[in-house]
Amino acid sequence: MRASLQPRSSLSHRPGTAALVAGTLASAVVLAGCATGTRSDADADVDFGASPSAGAALQVMGFGTGDEIGKVRHDRAVEAVGVDVTLAEGALDPQAFLSAAASGNPPDLIYGERDQIGTFASRGAILPLSECVEEQDIDTDAFVDPALEQVTFAEELYGIPEFNAVQITMANADLLSAAGLELEDVDGSDPEAVLAATEAMMRNDGGRLSVIGYDSKLPEFLPLWAKGRGVDLLSEDGRTAQLDDPEVVTALEQAVAVYDAQGGFPAVKTFRDSTDFFGAGNQFATGQLGAMPMEQWYVNVLNENSPDAPLAFGPVKGADGEVHAYATGSAWAIPAGASSPAAACAYIARMTETDAWTAAAEARADARETEGLVFTGVLTGNEEADEEIRDELVPDDPPAPWGDAIEAMYEANDNTFALPANPADAEFEQAWQDAVNRVLNGQEEPAAALAKAQEEAQAALDDAWAKWDDQQ
Amino acid sequence: MTAAAPTALGGREPRPSARARRERNAGLAFISPWIVGFLVFTLWPILYSAYLSLTDYDVLNDPTFVGLENYQRMAEDPQVRLALWNTFQYTVLQVPLYVVVALALALLLQQAGRASGFFRTAFFVPKMTPPVAVGVLLLLLFNGEYGLVNEALGAVGIDGPSWTTDPAWIKPGLALVSLWGVGAAVVILLAALQDVPVELYDAARVDGAGWWRRTRTITLPMISGALFFVTVVNTIAAFQMFTEAYSAYFGAGSSTYANDAALFYVIYLFREGFAELHMGYASALAWLLFLVIMAVTAVQLLVSRRLVYYEGEQR
Repeated sequence: MRASLQPRSSLSHRPGTAALVAGTLASAVVLAGCATGTRSDADADVDFGASPSAGAALQVMGFGTGDEIGKVRHDRAVEAVGVDVTLAEGALDPQAFLSAAASGNPPDLIYGERDQIGTFASRGAILPLSECVEEQDIDTDAFVDPALEQVTFAEELYGIPEFNAVQITMANADLLSAAGLELEDVDGSDPEAVLAATEAMMRNDGGRLSVIGYDSKLPEFLPLWAKGRGVDLLSEDGRTAQLDDPEVVTALEQAVAVYDAQGGFPAVKTFRDSTDFFGAGNQFATGQLGAMPMEQWYVNVLNENSPDAPLAFGPVKGADGEVHAYATGSAWAIPAGASSPAAACAYIARMTETDAWTAAAEARADARETEGLVFTGVLTGNEEADEEIRDELVPDDPPAPWGDAIEAMYEANDNTFALPANPADAEFEQAWQDAVNRVLNGQEEPAAALAKAQEEAQAALDDAWAKWDDQQ
Repeated sequence: MTAAAPTALGGREPRPSARARRERNAGLAFISPWIVGFLVFTLWPILYSAYLSLTDYDVLNDPTFVGLENYQRMAEDPQVRLALWNTFQYTVLQVPLYVVVALALALLLQQAGRASGFFRTAFFVPKMTPPVAVGVLLLLLFNGEYGLVNEALGAVGIDGPSWTTDPAWIKPGLALVSLWGVGAAVVILLAALQDVPVELYDAARVDGAGWWRRTRTITLPMISGALFFVTVVNTIAAFQMFTEAYSAYFGAGSSTYANDAALFYVIYLFREGFAELHMGYASALAWLLFLVIMAVTAVQLLVSRRLVYYEGEQR
């Protein structure tokens, strides 16, 4: 056994072996020198108006037809475009996409988070879509503005947005009532009232948290809390981080104070992790959570799993009393080097047109009616479609409290903001989330953590923008 | 010996016979699939990553040569120090725990007689659980308030810690969860235990040696080769800790919450390479890890010369 662990030094003295090693190294250096990226000048000549050739196929990465909203639109688009479409279902895996792109074999279409578009665009991984929009008569005026801004990089459109996730306030009406509170006390408009409500609703039995009064949903909702104090984390042009703005620091302090009042974030997270978030035993149904801001899709989870839970819904408001919501969502993009960009463009156009959304929403409304559930609407990222769906498919007088949820959702959708596309999306997000986590874990104070994050984020932005500017 | 003698005296090696050449060529032909696989899928990526570590490379565009800039940045990057320190602490904690538990289970199994086959399988089955699932399981089992581990500790009057949120307890929690896959090492050590000649134990018993004495002076020396193998392999795996910690603290189990205490080196490397597209820097990070593991393994090999016994070895 031991002999096998010893180096066979005699081999290195043989000329043949030395030649092999030298040859391999030389090949490596030569091949390394030959390594090329994937940006191609040919992409400049993409013809989005070309007719798909017979038997053409479209490879789509990151999109699935798991529900009626996806399936109805997909079936409709496939029929209209007349190509075979292969779906690599599941969320877009950037690693898989980048590997495919780097090897010169990208899919024809990707479907990912809107906040990935800036990074992909700045690296030349996806194509600008202005010509696609023109060729397919895509009505960009119909899209929700913040959604469109998220996929617009350096004044060029790189993605077609769809869906809009917005936050609304969700609360346990019984806990509010027992504490003598109203929904307005926990809608975020008065941080001191939120803190007081937290203390009034929380329960601590024998040193263990048994009811969370209020959950600020950090780190993910820092942009929401900052906007509540009138500040965006990133400047409008996507070049300047604003993480150390005093209002952002105050917003973080107030959101963290809510956790501190309940024994600290670790206690809240530990308790939160032990609950059945997606099931009938969710925190609202079991009376273990007073209130929190949450994306609107969770309304459907609650409606399906705990329709009789004592719930109350309303919009999230800022310190100025105005409704606001941090919009996130998905987007379609066509990779550079895609083999069928025209078919991909046509497919996107059919997937995101108003008629597609209304057909899909109708299917969902029917399905929910069959299941005896309330159809709460769909936020499509397309204002025209949103309006049609609300007018024609959402029930006029839904039972309480779901009517309030629908009302709050559409109000939030009319008052969204988003962080602009930039070439350092991932680094920027990592910087502020790391900062919040350091505060939540008790390692740093908000001001120090955000000052450090500002440095990190700005350095990443400067570096990425400098590279982009050099390319232009 | 006969072939080496002329060379040592300055003569030429005798030309191999035709039959020896045929046998050598046949041997090379048989192992050529492995050689090709090694060259294409191991050696080439290693060499290419060495080149990439000297470049600014975002995966999508051509690498730009930047010399030693990535290594310079690495030396100044506090996250590298943090990730290395976390990884080192975890390794120091996990490896001895893993080896001791594996050895204890193997010794128990050896006593199980005919039932040892069943238990061997039972211990090995958890090893087949996907590591991502193990990471998520960690959050449930080690939940500080309602997890099964703290419930059990509470039953004996111990107030369990916040395993998943307290920075001081995150690495111990991960080390304990790593025991989920201890079955692989148990199987190796059990095989080694079963190879220890029974005569040695009989002779020791005749001389009046008790269980502890027999274990210390016969069992451990006789299986020291297997123990060393398990230690080396597990040390390398500990330095490459990724999936369980990532899925519990950075991925599926927690989309945005993270804890610096769980930032292991490979997680940082993955984040730099695939999330932030700094593949040149990530390649440099990979080379540093390679050198660290190589140095640690070299120290282990040196130490093993004094502590590890190989049957048939001349001392």
